[in-house]
Amino acid sequence: MNLIIFTTILLLGFTTYYFGKKKALLIKNSNTRLTALPKFYGYYLAIWCAIPAFIIFSLWSIFEPTIVKLLVLTDYSNQGYLSDELNLFYEKTKALSRGLYSGEVTIFLENSVIKYQNLNSIAQNSKIVVILAIIIFSTLFSYKKISNNHRTREPVEKFLKAVLFTASLAAILTTLGIVFSLIFETIRFFKVIPLFDFIFGTHWYPAKTFVRDASAAVDPDLYKDAFGSVPLFAGTFFIAFIAMCIAIPIGLLSGIYLSEYASKNVRKYVKPLIEILAGIPTVVYGFFAALTVGPFLREIGISLGLEVSSESALAAGAVMGIMIIPFISSLSDDVITSVPQSLRDGSYAMGATKSETIKKVIFPAALPGIVGSILLGVSRAIGETMIVVMASGLAANLTFNPLESTSTITAQIVVILIGDQQFGDPKTQAAFALGMTLFLVTLCLNILALKFVKKYREKYD
Amino acid sequence: MTRKEIFLQKRYNSEKRFKLYGKLAISFALIFLCIFLYKIFSTGFSAFQKTLIKVDVTYNSELLFLDENPSLDDIKNADYYDLALETMANLDLNADEDQQNELKRMVSYIFDTEIKNHLLKNPDLLGKTSSVLLTASDDLDQIFKGNYPRDIPEDLRRVSDYQLTVYDKLIKDEKIISKFNFSFFTRADSREAELAGIASAVVGSFFTILVCLFISFPVAVLAAIYLEEFAPKNKITDFIEVNINNLAAVPSIVFGLLGLGILLAVFHLPRSTSLVGGITLSLMTLPTIIIAARASLKAVPPSIREAALAMGASRMQTTMHHTVPLSMPGTLSGTIIGLAQALGETAPLILIGMVAFINTIPMSPMDPSASLPVQVYLWAESAERGFVEKVSACIMVLLGFLILMNLLAQIVRHKFETKWS
Repeated sequence: MNLIIFTTILLLGFTTYYFGKKKALLIKNSNTRLTALPKFYGYYLAIWCAIPAFIIFSLWSIFEPTIVKLLVLTDYSNQGYLSDELNLFYEKTKALSRGLYSGEVTIFLENSVIKYQNLNSIAQNSKIVVILAIIIFSTLFSYKKISNNHRTREPVEKFLKAVLFTASLAAILTTLGIVFSLIFETIRFFKVIPLFDFIFGTHWYPAKTFVRDASAAVDPDLYKDAFGSVPLFAGTFFIAFIAMCIAIPIGLLSGIYLSEYASKNVRKYVKPLIEILAGIPTVVYGFFAALTVGPFLREIGISLGLEVSSESALAAGAVMGIMIIPFISSLSDDVITSVPQSLRDGSYAMGATKSETIKKVIFPAALPGIVGSILLGVSRAIGETMIVVMASGLAANLTFNPLESTSTITAQIVVILIGDQQFGDPKTQAAFALGMTLFLVTLCLNILALKFVKKYREKYD
Repeated sequence: MTRKEIFLQKRYNSEKRFKLYGKLAISFALIFLCIFLYKIFSTGFSAFQKTLIKVDVTYNSELLFLDENPSLDDIKNADYYDLALETMANLDLNADEDQQNELKRMVSYIFDTEIKNHLLKNPDLLGKTSSVLLTASDDLDQIFKGNYPRDIPEDLRRVSDYQLTVYDKLIKDEKIISKFNFSFFTRADSREAELAGIASAVVGSFFTILVCLFISFPVAVLAAIYLEEFAPKNKITDFIEVNINNLAAVPSIVFGLLGLGILLAVFHLPRSTSLVGGITLSLMTLPTIIIAARASLKAVPPSIREAALAMGASRMQTTMHHTVPLSMPGTLSGTIIGLAQALGETAPLILIGMVAFINTIPMSPMDPSASLPVQVYLWAESAERGFVEKVSACIMVLLGFLILMNLLAQIVRHKFETKWS
């Protein structure tokens, strides 16, 4: 039904465009000057026809279910039922009226189904009438207004600009969406688990709180040892540290080599090759780390007499480091290339070799930009999920031995939320709380990184 | 040598060393890339071959409980299981009951369907004997491809000694055949490695990317036009820009939480579908496309705008008729790169439930479906040996799509972009 109304509005919009244009052409043919091109009259009419109707239509569709529900339940709302009971009753009513209900049918239920169906048909009919009335009214009104000295281009362009502005709000909406989706569950989580236990607890074992019977009271002591996030933070930063130990030297050195030493030809072929590393999906890296790097490190460890877990922090960190190499190398390459040539020339003129120039002149000059790129790399390492899930274990050990397995914030989110989630369970809420901390940490890193890069740009632009 | 010369020599040596470090760093990255690709291709290559066992099937009407002159419908509805069991038992006439069971396990569990389909293709075979190709079980398949050692003790092997002797006999009779594995591309996921295919994952990924494109492209382009051409310099604009830059660096898993917490929990969209996956990924690709579109709008020289304005075009006309069309190649190539990123994304899809085991091919974005990267994850987590080569093959297909998309982006950029000098 809604689809039919929607397409009707759309079709009417298109047809009114031709009416508007036709009227404008008639005016033009009678040798009167128009204030805009004829098609703007068409757009003007089409917008007036479709947009008000469309706005009313969407508002109506959003509020209709709530209002119908309120009306159906008015008879029962003052009789001391719990809101859960009323909700269940309403769901039953809906199911029965669609023929999907197979439980016991009481007289109350039958009455409410009749009421529900009545209200629905009233709502449906009045919706069509109201929308048609709006379309006819606004179209006729604006059709009458079309005349030779009526301005149409300005309102049409204003409307377009409003559309463009609304689209640009999508970014803000997404951020808001992230914050809203995380914040409510996080607040609920911290109502059950004290913030102190979350930040300073050293045991992360959410499976402990798993209770089959949801109505059974949960021992609060049970929660105490289950949600200590220290092992996760330690694991996250530890793996990120291992990754950066590989990514920073290799990324930086290859960035410097490509921008300062490599000939144009080498650069042309090598740069895209290194950037392939950035385009490989992380799940593929994870598979490679688990299948090849993990067992390889284990064999090396055994031959050296070390005990290496086949899912080690080292394997995950090393592969993650390789994933981040292209980020650091291409960002630092850009930064170094944009250091003014005059600095290099000055250094060469003093007799410095190329490497001395790089180390003592270019590197310090490019430092803020390089730090920015490294911070972006760290933020990526912290937010990386699949490599850790697949290559480093899922049990949160508090360890700083790279040969043992550890877990990270992201991996725990996946572990908790894979499969069916039970909203309202502290375990699920814990995942959202972890997501919130992850979001905040990466946000800080990003803002810091962008600040460094901006500072650098201001220096040389 | 004087002290000066020694000092100079030292400096030159350090220069050489520094240059070497750079070369080493680059070679490390490139060597890793080579090992990586070699490893994936060498493990995945064999998944494109399928091992089949040629057996002689006697289409005995009695075993099928068919009448004298059965209609095609009767043939369709007959139970082929007994016939199939009989066929497998005929491989070794001396086999006892346990051994017959082992014989049965040498082929995939759909062996009766395969025998039935052969008859349905040529119904006049009824009562006659014909050789039919049956899909070998994944253990036998792995042995045939040499991925599975034979010379280890029997209880460590998935294939028994008895099955191996039968297998060797079949090899000698040239009854074991290797063919191109079409079913890998046409079948949906399965618990059995020899039957598992990527069709549902490919279709699911396709729908996901399509939804992502239809949402993120228009919104991102409109937003970029506003920010680059019309936005006044004020606090709202600054705030939007800060937001875009931050969103571009938010970890993808956070978008998964957004999809779970809002799209599934608040709007009650269907779980595990490519619709939800596409919407989630479109929010993630939005900043990428906005940034690319803004860069290519910025690259259109001001002279174009000035010329249009001088001819009496309004600012909206200038933008829509001149600036935006000229910026399209750059925007499109940025969009394709953004979509390629979205195609490889796994974590957000796991959170919105696209990890469910789906053994049907989705027909619309509203159907539950898998996607290629999630399929990689699912198979990689599976304990069965036969899935290792499937994972690599799936990765090869995924990488193939990514390479195609990136090539397309390059072509769009270089073929259609106007060079301003």
